Amino acid sequence: MPGFDFSNHTRNAALHARGVPLPKATSTGTTIVGCIFDGGVVIAADTRATSGPIVADKNCEKLHYIAPQIWCAGAGTAADTEFTTALISSQLELHSLSTGRKPRVVTCMTMLKQHLFRYQGHIGAYLVVAGVDPTGVGLFTVHAHGSTDKLPYVTMGSGSLAAMSVFETQWKSKMTEQEAVTLASNAIQAGIFNDLGSGSNVDVAVITKDKTTLKRGYVKPNERSQKQKSYIFKRGTTAVLNEKIITRQEISKYVTVSELEGGETALGEKMDLDV
Amino acid sequence: MSSPFAINGGACVAMVGKDCVAIACDLRLGLQALTVSNNFPKIFSYGDVYLGLTGLATDVSTVSDLFRYKVNMYRLREERNIAPSTMANLVSSSLYERRFGPYFVSPVVAGIDQKSGKPFICGFDSIGCIDFAKDFIVSGTASDQLFGTCEGLWEPDLGPEDLFETISQALLNAVDRDALSGWGAHVYIIEKDKTTKRLLKGRQD
Amino acid sequence: MTMFSQNPLMNGPNYSFSQTPTMASGANKEHSFYPYTDNGGSTLAISGNDFMIMAGDTRSTSGYNINTRYSPKVFKIGGTTSSQDDATLVLSVVGFAADGHALKEKLDAIVKMYRYQHGKPMSVKACAQRLSTILYGKRFFPYYVTAILGGLDEDGKGAVYSYDPVGSYEREQCRAAGAAASLIMPFLDNQVNFKNQYIPGSGEGHALVERAKDPLPLVVVEALVKDAFDSAVERHIEVGDGLSMMLITKNGIEEKFLPLKKD
Repeated sequence: MPGFDFSNHTRNAALHARGVPLPKATSTGTTIVGCIFDGGVVIAADTRATSGPIVADKNCEKLHYIAPQIWCAGAGTAADTEFTTALISSQLELHSLSTGRKPRVVTCMTMLKQHLFRYQGHIGAYLVVAGVDPTGVGLFTVHAHGSTDKLPYVTMGSGSLAAMSVFETQWKSKMTEQEAVTLASNAIQAGIFNDLGSGSNVDVAVITKDKTTLKRGYVKPNERSQKQKSYIFKRGTTAVLNEKIITRQEISKYVTVSELEGGETALGEKMDLDV
Repeated sequence: MSSPFAINGGACVAMVGKDCVAIACDLRLGLQALTVSNNFPKIFSYGDVYLGLTGLATDVSTVSDLFRYKVNMYRLREERNIAPSTMANLVSSSLYERRFGPYFVSPVVAGIDQKSGKPFICGFDSIGCIDFAKDFIVSGTASDQLFGTCEGLWEPDLGPEDLFETISQALLNAVDRDALSGWGAHVYIIEKDKTTKRLLKGRQD
Repeated sequence: MTMFSQNPLMNGPNYSFSQTPTMASGANKEHSFYPYTDNGGSTLAISGNDFMIMAGDTRSTSGYNINTRYSPKVFKIGGTTSSQDDATLVLSVVGFAADGHALKEKLDAIVKMYRYQHGKPMSVKACAQRLSTILYGKRFFPYYVTAILGGLDEDGKGAVYSYDPVGSYEREQCRAAGAAASLIMPFLDNQVNFKNQYIPGSGEGHALVERAKDPLPLVVVEALVKDAFDSAVERHIEVGDGLSMMLITKNGIEEKFLPLKKD
């Protein structure tokens, strides 16, 4: 349970009531998918993070670690997906340590949904949970309000329809690992090219009972082309009115921390003071 | 009433160079269209790490003081300076703690890791989502303009002198197309054992 | 019960406004029709000594969807035939595509009629004034577009006229319009008009001499246009797919198409 601090809430609610809009959070207007295959599960995501119509991050990570054999793809409010998965990951590790068993995907999914349901959708995390545990392969979606689904192939985010169209036309049961990876990657690319909220590269994570393989930048179909000319300025182009050089040496002369060891004085790491 | 992010105005940008990083901000403090001060720096130094804060000025001051406190406590406990990547996680978790009552700030962190010597920059939204970038980070009311100039002018492996010109031109030209930013600028060029702080000449209108 | 649905501190609704009903349950709902949509995209025009370049991306969007990857925003205006082979003017329109199309058709018809009646092509200066009149004519139901008109003036110099949706216009060296205008314009200020650039070593601080505005050659301007759009495509989701360019010189109008990123 995170200790949320609500001390600014009254101030912000008062501002909001006077017509001030809510802050614009970075949202992963995203395409994320998951697909099971014979012996494992694959999840994939694009790498674009947006703030309104502006691309805030061209190569962000939407595949989150939960446990060695359980990974999560996140869409929605970027900060929420990041912190919710980190929180559940931490709780699941403690749970696994205290029970002495490997964490299960259903456990992870249940913890996520109970956390998200408690916050009634205000934590805007939309997740695809996937993994392999002693009971077998698991693949779920979890919505911000706490509802969940269990399906052999799933998509989420603004590019979910584009990605689902690929699954609905090309998916078959009993695929090989390579077939599943290619299918998931194609589904993400459908999102990347047809949904404006998604873009840049394809990240893939393959989970089997033996190991997890994270393929960061599995496909990079959107590299920027070479610039037509160089834009390096002649040195001295900018007008400078004042200049001050601060060296680390100069700062550390004010305070030094010395450690005393075996009678002789040893010089410890220098502690710096602010400028 | 307008967005809290756009009441006081301001802009901040950070860039990566070859064995150096740069962080720059404008100096304006306004109340809507009225300029109140032309000496309101938005970059704060915490030893080896620099933090740029744009957004609501009251929160800029509050948050900068809060991190001064947190970083000082870290130093007393650890007897060492905070590393840029550690600072990034500190900023992120501190902002997310206030998920449902955020500070109206868009922070930028820049510095060089003293252990590895590697440049580090990152940006955040107001609830602590980190944007790790290999090239540049922008924030403030001129963020659109800064995205345009940085994307156009930046290139990899610029030395400290060239990086200074590039970040300065990116900032000055961006703030000149934003009514709420400008009125002079501060630029920090951070190298492993030396930081150069410069005051730029900018339009005063 | 009101204690729970209202915030007692402010005597108003709670923080989560999206969930609170905006009107009393029995009140009549007012239906409305909004006649405009934003189709995204960006345009750009730069004038040189004896040429001008007009460029625009070819993506048309609505929301997070792409309507088409090829819907040009830059048009030749006022040729004698529908092929527009002998046109001397170009118009770019960005904003609401349907209005843009209607505006282009209207201006084209007027400039064609002028040519037919006067036996000579319309000057860019005259066309610029006429376009302003057309836009202001719909002052209270505007064409929801940002237009840029380009051509060569009476002295053969490149001319760029930029407009707001209701006809306020101005002749400029360069102008970016549309979704990514705020990204492109400061870059152009710096690279076309050399804003904020000084001559190194020409003085100290305030005494430095500004870099002179030397007119740029065509090849440099073409490179700037491509780089400006590549940058806009990187950071704006509504810009991409293709770049349609028109180069106007005394020899006529040359059309170019370059691919842009499609994500």
